[in-house]
Amino acid sequence: MRKTQSILPGFGPALGYTLTYISLVLLIPLAMVFLKTLTMSWETFWRTVTDPRVLASYRLSFLASFLGASINGIFGLLLAWVLVRYRFPGQRIIDALLDLPFAMPTAVAGIALTTLYSTNGWFGRYLENIGIKVAYTPLGVVVALTFIGLPFVVRTIQPVLQDLDKEYEEAAASLGASRWQTFSRVIFPALVPSWLTGFALAFARALGEYGSVVFISGNMPMRTEITPLLIRTKLEQFDYTGATAIALVMMIISFILLLIINLLQNWNRRRMASH
Amino acid sequence: MKRFRGIRKGQNEGSIITEPIWLQRMLIGVAVGFVIVFLIAPLLIVFGQALAKGWDAYWEAIREPDTFKAIQLTLLTAAISVPLNLIFGVVAAWLIAKFDFWGKNFLLTLIDLPFAISPIISGLIFVLLFGLQGLLGPWLSQYNIKIVFAVPGIILATIFVTFPFVARELIPVMQSLGNEEEEAAIVLGANGWQMFFKVTLPNIKWGLLYGVILCNARAMGEFGAVSVVSGHIRGQTNTIPLQVEILYNEYNFTAAFAVASLLALLALITLIVKHVVEWKSGRHHSNSVQINRFKEGISHEY
Amino acid sequence: MSIKVEHITKNYGDFQALKDLSLDIPGGELVALLGPSGSGKTTLLRIIAGLEQPDSGRITFHGEDATSQSVGKRQVGFVFQHYALFRNMTVFENVAFGLRVKPRRERLPESVIRAKVHQLLKLVQMEWYADRYPSQLSGGQRQRIALARALAVEPKVLLLDEPFGALDAKVRKELRRWIRQLHDEIHITSIFVTHDQEEALEVADRVVVMNNGRIEQIGTPEEVYEHPANLFVYQFLGDINLFQGRVDGNRIKVGNSEVAFPELAGMAIPDDKTAIAYARPHELEVYGESHGENAIEAEVRHVRVIGPTVRLELRRRDNGGYLDAELSKERFHELKVRVGERVFVELRNLKIFVEDYQI
Repeated sequence: MRKTQSILPGFGPALGYTLTYISLVLLIPLAMVFLKTLTMSWETFWRTVTDPRVLASYRLSFLASFLGASINGIFGLLLAWVLVRYRFPGQRIIDALLDLPFAMPTAVAGIALTTLYSTNGWFGRYLENIGIKVAYTPLGVVVALTFIGLPFVVRTIQPVLQDLDKEYEEAAASLGASRWQTFSRVIFPALVPSWLTGFALAFARALGEYGSVVFISGNMPMRTEITPLLIRTKLEQFDYTGATAIALVMMIISFILLLIINLLQNWNRRRMASH
Repeated sequence: MKRFRGIRKGQNEGSIITEPIWLQRMLIGVAVGFVIVFLIAPLLIVFGQALAKGWDAYWEAIREPDTFKAIQLTLLTAAISVPLNLIFGVVAAWLIAKFDFWGKNFLLTLIDLPFAISPIISGLIFVLLFGLQGLLGPWLSQYNIKIVFAVPGIILATIFVTFPFVARELIPVMQSLGNEEEEAAIVLGANGWQMFFKVTLPNIKWGLLYGVILCNARAMGEFGAVSVVSGHIRGQTNTIPLQVEILYNEYNFTAAFAVASLLALLALITLIVKHVVEWKSGRHHSNSVQINRFKEGISHEY
Repeated sequence: MSIKVEHITKNYGDFQALKDLSLDIPGGELVALLGPSGSGKTTLLRIIAGLEQPDSGRITFHGEDATSQSVGKRQVGFVFQHYALFRNMTVFENVAFGLRVKPRRERLPESVIRAKVHQLLKLVQMEWYADRYPSQLSGGQRQRIALARALAVEPKVLLLDEPFGALDAKVRKELRRWIRQLHDEIHITSIFVTHDQEEALEVADRVVVMNNGRIEQIGTPEEVYEHPANLFVYQFLGDINLFQGRVDGNRIKVGNSEVAFPELAGMAIPDDKTAIAYARPHELEVYGESHGENAIEAEVRHVRVIGPTVRLELRRRDNGGYLDAELSKERFHELKVRVGERVFVELRNLKIFVEDYQI
């Protein structure tokens, strides 16, 4: 199994331990989803995963995740740019706070966002005056998914932007390019792989998110019910097979996303290496 | 990500290649506004609501017996899952960073899996394995062992959700350090343990600390997976996040936010530790980056 | 201690790093493994150290089979290319490491270890730096500490991987001389890897020239430089000029000129066989006027003065090929040639290699 011999000790025991631990903690439990689905007939499975209520939940989950990741795509690029290229008071605090959605438990984020955007909340009260309802609407789901995906785009772009040699921009400027031309033709193309990686990571995270969404969404079937919540509801009704079938669909989508992210990261690494 | 702290050049002073000052200010303004709305406001409202009725009400809410029990259970869960994942993380990182073997990339993907799976599914799989209708359920109930909807289920789900953190943090650190120092220790006659504790561990200690802190924050704050496997019995199978949910759904907002503020505080501590770790390892890191550049300059020898 | 390498083979996937390689190194010598990147020299060094296992073959230390001995048991000192100093330890702790990790019953008392480390630091002229950390040292200083650390365990063999590779030109020269002196003092069998021919020729007692996983030649610096075994060695050890020629009895015809090679007689090489002749730039004799038919006429294209020597780039009149000639400044002033002027190049000291024949 080992490709090259190394004199460093511990290969055998480390491999054995890692594989055993991963099998016990990860593979055996995950295999349950497939085993359980196998007990269903194809028709039941198909009926379960294409039920109108389930389809509505896919639609909401996908659309809201996509919108949240898009918002983060735009603001994440802006934040990375501002943090790397400019200096301003409070910069270090903002930089440190960007990881908050990684560190803050989702339930806490959920109740905080709901309180902010509810009718009497700091933001909700003004938004409602201009006719925008956020809490207990699909828009609320987008807000929650924007929050939890916020660090991904910034944190994937930041190091690339940091390492981008100033020489390229100086070369572009010396050749007569305007600042905007330099950005759109020289800087941005160099950031594209990491930007897409960040977007995909934020999207994947948003698809599976549960804690921050359940409080703000209101959980109305067909309208504000995300797929993970639907799985939870089915479980509470002891419909284990139904829950598992939907879980399998979500897992397959997650695996595909993971594959895409890996490909994007390889692309990114190659681009970085050639610089 | 790590390098960010290390070398920073202030590029809005001096350089001619930059944007006009009005544009800079506008971009900074929009970015800061976004951060205020999406990050600072949620953080402030947690503490604001928690203390809305004063310190006495705050203490009252935290001292409440069920909350106290939830804190105990959360600490127990972290005390079991974090050390297990710490050991796994170090072993797996050693394996992946120091050796070349067939299937290494696949193993890396497996370690990442819990990041990609919805927390609800992470809970579901343990219900399928240990629940009454599950694979081992009938056998377990024969011996009167309860795993799901009880404390063991909460711990198992937490281990599942938090197991990538330490490994993920250590792998890049160990890879950037290379194998030479360990090889030197072995050539000088050190045995495996001496090599690990005297050479490897001191070099990775900051990365390890951050990995553990992150793992711990997630272990204490996990909501989705735990809510599936918990029996939601007050004072028995509720962790802090579940207690927050219950209080919130009972419209006991002050108490909900008071308990939530404990978790928010933990999140802030995590961010501070991350900052300190990056600052501490920044010096080492910039060294190793230089060394790597050096190595690239010199042709690689077989 | 003598080292014997017998029929070593090593592959990395499809890449053959070492091909059935054998080598004898007598005790007490300072040997250079010289070769270009990918020639297998570092692999060979790491196999001797025990850092890698050969696919087949045997290593013996002083007649004792060491092939399956672990690296810790071989009693080798290894100086890594980037020194691999333990960054979390001071200079003192680095040097003491090998002594402190010994099993308790073999370990020296702490006071003896201290004395020994100080003595070693003195040997490498670093006694004032005991409490510094590696990051506070210059490249040359790190190199010395790495050496002291390797010597602390009293190895029977000292192995150095590109010991001067990561240093700048001036420090490199100093350290070269210093390592030579150190070796003359302690006389430990030492092998170092380098891709710099000057370094190998200047420092080593013997040079092992490697290419493509094989040994091309083994010999003293003088032997390999003056009597290269083949084209590769000749080319690798310095700049050369190349002349296409044809065999004619015991002479070689190069363009219009002919050079006699008495050693060709009796080799029965058929006439008109292609021969390639070589000369180093300083071996070409340049004259202002023709001294007979053996000279090649050429035009001066460039003149470069590099310290005490002058390099001329010449273009042959007969076939347009380029030649490099190196002369002393005095000789250049005697010649009084300028760019564009005509000169004559005498072919002497040529080395020839005829296809399929070993000369």
